[in-house]
Amino acid sequence: MNPLSVLVGKAVRRASKLRGGGSALPGLVVERMDPGFMGRALSTLEHGVMVVSGTNGKTTTTKMVVELLEGQGLKVFTNRTGSNFTRGVAAALLGEVDWRGRLDADIAVLELDEAHAVHFVNLVRPKYSLLLNVLRDQLDRFGEIDATTRLLGRIAAATAGTVILNREDPRVAGLAPTVRDAGVVYFGLDPSLRSTFPNDDELRGATGVPAPSDLPADVVLEQVEGNGAVFGVGGRSVPADLRLRGVYNIFNAAAALAAARTVLGGAADEDALFASLSAVEPAFGRGESLTVNGQPLELVLVKNPSGFRLGLKSFDPAGHATMIAINDNYADGRDMSWLWDVDFDSLRAAGVDLVTGVRAYDMALRLKYDDVEVRGIEPEIPAALKEFIAGSPGQPKRIFCTYTAMLAVRRELSKITTVEVVS
Amino acid sequence: MSKGTISILQLYPREMNIYGDWGNVLVLKQRLAWHGYDAVISEHNAGDSFPDDADLIIGGGGQDSGQLVIQEDLQAIGPRLRGLAEDGQPMLAICGLYQLFGKFFRTVDGTVIPGIGVLDLETHGGKERLIGNVVATSGEFGEIHGYENHSGQTFLGAGVTPLATVTKGEGNNARDNHEGARHHNVVASYLHGSLLPKNPAIADFLIRTAVERKYGTFEPGEVDDTLADLARRHAGSRPR
Ligand SMILES: [Zn+2]
Repeated sequence: MNPLSVLVGKAVRRASKLRGGGSALPGLVVERMDPGFMGRALSTLEHGVMVVSGTNGKTTTTKMVVELLEGQGLKVFTNRTGSNFTRGVAAALLGEVDWRGRLDADIAVLELDEAHAVHFVNLVRPKYSLLLNVLRDQLDRFGEIDATTRLLGRIAAATAGTVILNREDPRVAGLAPTVRDAGVVYFGLDPSLRSTFPNDDELRGATGVPAPSDLPADVVLEQVEGNGAVFGVGGRSVPADLRLRGVYNIFNAAAALAAARTVLGGAADEDALFASLSAVEPAFGRGESLTVNGQPLELVLVKNPSGFRLGLKSFDPAGHATMIAINDNYADGRDMSWLWDVDFDSLRAAGVDLVTGVRAYDMALRLKYDDVEVRGIEPEIPAALKEFIAGSPGQPKRIFCTYTAMLAVRRELSKITTVEVVS
Repeated sequence: MSKGTISILQLYPREMNIYGDWGNVLVLKQRLAWHGYDAVISEHNAGDSFPDDADLIIGGGGQDSGQLVIQEDLQAIGPRLRGLAEDGQPMLAICGLYQLFGKFFRTVDGTVIPGIGVLDLETHGGKERLIGNVVATSGEFGEIHGYENHSGQTFLGAGVTPLATVTKGEGNNARDNHEGARHHNVVASYLHGSLLPKNPAIADFLIRTAVERKYGTFEPGEVDDTLADLARRHAGSRPR
């Protein structure tokens, strides 16, 4: 026990909150004063720690797992602030522990960035890990996809209880042999849906559908129709209506179901699981449906080729005004190469009303080479947003945006109009 | 009325296509169309028989694992590629294939991966990756904009000239200010982003050379590069 570090950490946390500062500083303070703080606080939980990692969908999937477990009466600690770093976890813990450093929760479900997850598992051994996918993203940070795969392999190897793997991602499924002490559970897709989720090896140039996987999966996504889906769970087909949009989110729901079932074992109340799943709202900043001047406006987060392709596939452009906002800040990735791994053919019929963001001209150039009409280019996001809203009255709108562009769009929206969040 | 047909051959699109390399193929195809020519795109993958009718050859970057998969096949077609390069065939080699077009790649642990010797250059594995935006200038193509992400450091021999001189970023290596290599009508570079969309002068050089070799003369069409110019200007103002 080191009550002093907890007290000091809590004080720093309060002070930095008052100053409107970031969430990492108090974590840094407690980490320096008391390196064992996090491990101790997390070691007493009845159901241990679950780490959620992978390239795409960590935030939304973590939110789903948390809500599924809460729906079963468990008290769940999670890093809700979205700072998916070890220090962010330590900072979030400081807000929750009592003065002796004890955490009042049954389980911790933590979203961790691939690189930081390795540092984390060296400090805290997870009982469960849920590994979603390895896609080309932020290669400017991690260098290669294979390097990212190795980082996830370190998480799998450190896991003590059960590793939950995406059967359809060959890099993730291929981690099974590296699992040392834990059991392995898979989630997957019905073969009829596999062509909807091409993996990165099937981008340009590669042909065909991946070899059907016959690994047994605990939860299989069997059908998707709009927001409705059918999940195969324990030999039964269960239909569900979801508030989450986009096929990728619905596949992540299969991942979350498999994770929750693993934690709960035979104690799962399946009706309650599906009731919780149907009620999950999208995570902040990960794709939202808003109402602006009486018209729906959808924000679709696109941060890598797979995400952009799935976004285009999930949302029919017909009848919508479309804007694309591309930034190249550190959090977006500075390299624009990824735009050339996305097909924009589906936008050809309707065209794009406006392109914005720091790299608006790169995006416009990309669309030109796919013969997609671009009706306006305005690199400044605030000006573009005004023009976009004024230029398409009476029309539903959709904005595809990179991460920092989405934050900028949301900030501007709240300035120029009353933003009502509808889902 | 089409002025002619150019066959573009993409090398190993499955393994060597990591940083938007498709963008280079798409730009060649579309610009050929805008100049009034048809384009036929084909692929060469490991184990395929190498075609006789390619007018323009293009290859990209891959992961280490991808390079291992293609290594044997590349050695088998190496003499053909060398012969075609000496004969003036236009080629574009980016990143991973740029390295393998050279004499060898010596990894950090001393393993030597043979190249195919189309270009007189050698690559040595580095501990640090060179990553970020690059601006370079070339007498032939003007200012070149792109993005680099590589750990191998390449040094040019006497048989090639640098493609460009780096003004922002690292390029071939962290020591001299060279970026890429030129030999006959082969253009090789570490830059993706992709390279050709924002550098249409290089795309049109490859196209003109391919058309002239096949038809004697090249009759360019009207191509509007306003967007490429604006994209270059903005790229040049971004942090490394
Ligand atoms: Zn020569």
